[in-house]
Amino acid sequence: MRRALPILVVLAVLLAAIAIVNPFFIEPAGFLSFVRRAAPLVILAAGQYLVIVAGEFDLSVGSLVTVEVVVAARLIDGDEAATWPVLALLIVLGLVVGLVNGAVTTLLRVPSFITTLGMMLVLSGAVFLWTGGAPRGALSQAFRMFGRQTGWAVLILVVVAVAAVVLMRANFGRTLIAVGDNERAAALSGVRVTRVRIIAFTLSGLSAAVAGILLGGFAGVSAQVGQGLEFQAITAVVLGGVVLGGGRGTVVAAMAGAFTLEALFTLLNLYGVSGALKFTVQGVILIAAVAAGAIRLPFLDAPKVKGDAHAVS
Amino acid sequence: MRFRRPLILAAAALTVFAVGGCTSDKPSTTTAADTGAGAAQTAAASTAPASGTGEQSKFFVQADYDAQLAMRSQTAEGPADKPWEQAIAPQMVSTAEYKKDGPYHLCFSNAAVDNPWRQVGWKTMQAEVALHKEISELTALDAEGKDDKQISDISELQAKGCDALIVSPNTTATLTPAVKGACGKVPVIVFDRGVETDCPVTFIKPIGGYAFGADAAEFLVEKVPAGGKILALRISPGVDVLETRWSAAKVAFDASGLQVVGVEFTDGDAAKAKGIVNDYIQRHGKLDGVWMDSGATSVAVAEAFEDAGMPVPPMTGEDQQDFLRKWKDDGLTAVAPTYPTYQWRTPIIAALKILKGEEVPKTWNLPQPKITAENLDRYLQPNMPPLHYALCGCEGMPGFPEKWGGK
Repeated sequence: MRRALPILVVLAVLLAAIAIVNPFFIEPAGFLSFVRRAAPLVILAAGQYLVIVAGEFDLSVGSLVTVEVVVAARLIDGDEAATWPVLALLIVLGLVVGLVNGAVTTLLRVPSFITTLGMMLVLSGAVFLWTGGAPRGALSQAFRMFGRQTGWAVLILVVVAVAAVVLMRANFGRTLIAVGDNERAAALSGVRVTRVRIIAFTLSGLSAAVAGILLGGFAGVSAQVGQGLEFQAITAVVLGGVVLGGGRGTVVAAMAGAFTLEALFTLLNLYGVSGALKFTVQGVILIAAVAAGAIRLPFLDAPKVKGDAHAVS
Repeated sequence: MRFRRPLILAAAALTVFAVGGCTSDKPSTTTAADTGAGAAQTAAASTAPASGTGEQSKFFVQADYDAQLAMRSQTAEGPADKPWEQAIAPQMVSTAEYKKDGPYHLCFSNAAVDNPWRQVGWKTMQAEVALHKEISELTALDAEGKDDKQISDISELQAKGCDALIVSPNTTATLTPAVKGACGKVPVIVFDRGVETDCPVTFIKPIGGYAFGADAAEFLVEKVPAGGKILALRISPGVDVLETRWSAAKVAFDASGLQVVGVEFTDGDAAKAKGIVNDYIQRHGKLDGVWMDSGATSVAVAEAFEDAGMPVPPMTGEDQQDFLRKWKDDGLTAVAPTYPTYQWRTPIIAALKILKGEEVPKTWNLPQPKITAENLDRYLQPNMPPLHYALCGCEGMPGFPEKWGGK
């Protein structure tokens, strides 16, 4: 928790800044609507965290979100009765894509950057081929409930967040961080590196499925829904102080990073800063956060930062 | 400890934004990006910058604007039940030099089929080809939205022995030389977006973007009381056919008593549009009208008001079925200007006229109807998919509605 403190402070400052401009934000309805809007990104960031802390990347989540929404619309086609079977199918689809990413990365030893970049291209190409750029069908009211009704979206977010924290506190979490910190050491001390990484990718795929369900529910069918989400998720994770390359950072900080990014976008919008600047801000944050993480002032450096990673064995 | 620096950086960044925010807390945010060059020619049109619409677009051409607005009230010539064969104020040109015997091989260089509008149009064009036995073949190449691919497509098509070449340019300026190169060899028909040369035999288009934008803006000026807060939502900057829509709306808003509180870009993304509307409702307490340069995200905008527990204010959309259905079901106060997909039928008809030596208009201005509360029922087609465009002019064609995804 202590490690998540700095990003939580930044988040608090941003939220306060929003509240000053827009008093409605402090009211429960205003704040919950912000949480609802942040929910998909926070969930994606939690999934991305699992992969990043294990020393990998998942660039495929954005196009996976698009696939989920487009497939859902086509299969449901406005039929309420189809909602639940399709939801189950979407979850399975997310898990399968994640599993493939994980298996290719670990078993075939393709760097995850390439694996998931390839998956991103495969998925976006497949969507385009299947829809010709114009998604067909419609989502049912029951499906849209999850993303549209604030209560549902917030509930799903809370469940995912609690699950992520519990997972990281359990044995799996410790081994995951150990793998990211020093793969060889982890392997020598009995961690099944391949299995741990595959699970991390699979859970990232699952997070994309859940985020897709929320986003599709929020705004309906769109072939652009997932565009750029993978970079937002990575930015959020990095903003939370999680080190690219793995082994350091907490899932709470990663999710707080997602909230912070969303809060920053909201603030920019409230101040009337053009939407085009959003990408610039994202880029600056990404570079600045990584640069700041890389510069380590010796006199500030606590000696036992790496401790818990090795304590696993 | 390594977190200390990001904290400092973020705090510094925050300060910058906060300070910047105080000085730029005006809604005139988004159009100001690339207007410098066009300021002179548009000075006449931007008399009331205080209305929050920003600088006039550099794409604004007063003469075109005047011509398009005038065309809205002119009666088109041609068969009343076939708007795709009608033309407004046509200046006919002779095509005797292109006359030849059939069967004909037509070629088509298509900018892209990557959005629902082009999907509907492309299906309609293929159906039109199927209506004419004298067309032996239609060779079509899809440029996938890339200028360079379309340039090579056009030269590739010239080697295929086409009797006529139809071009739907991806961008105006870049494709001009390629079209010029083709003009000398085959009769060229350009439609949708134009090119900067008059060498094509005919250029087919609906009235245009100024008429679209003005139709939508004038509706809001009429329905929203003076002083009302308007949010303008655009897809993206710098696209000529979209810039004209906004620039005409800007003229209308500047002359009105309405207050444009924001001009935002949605990238055609429903989630983004919904988020923007949500932010503006929070920031201003309410909105009195929403102007949109296209209908792709209209339903999401209406839903944003519903989710905030507010009535949907007067708003504008386009002729996509999902919006028309929402409009009808919820009794919205709305208008839907159109950029009719039936214009995809006209190039085939024009090609046959040219090859038979019949006169065609030099600039073929097709009528551009708008959907209002009075004629909504005529265009609402519950059996068609949500993203189908009502003005396809394809209802009587073989294979309708299944080929267009309907039931």
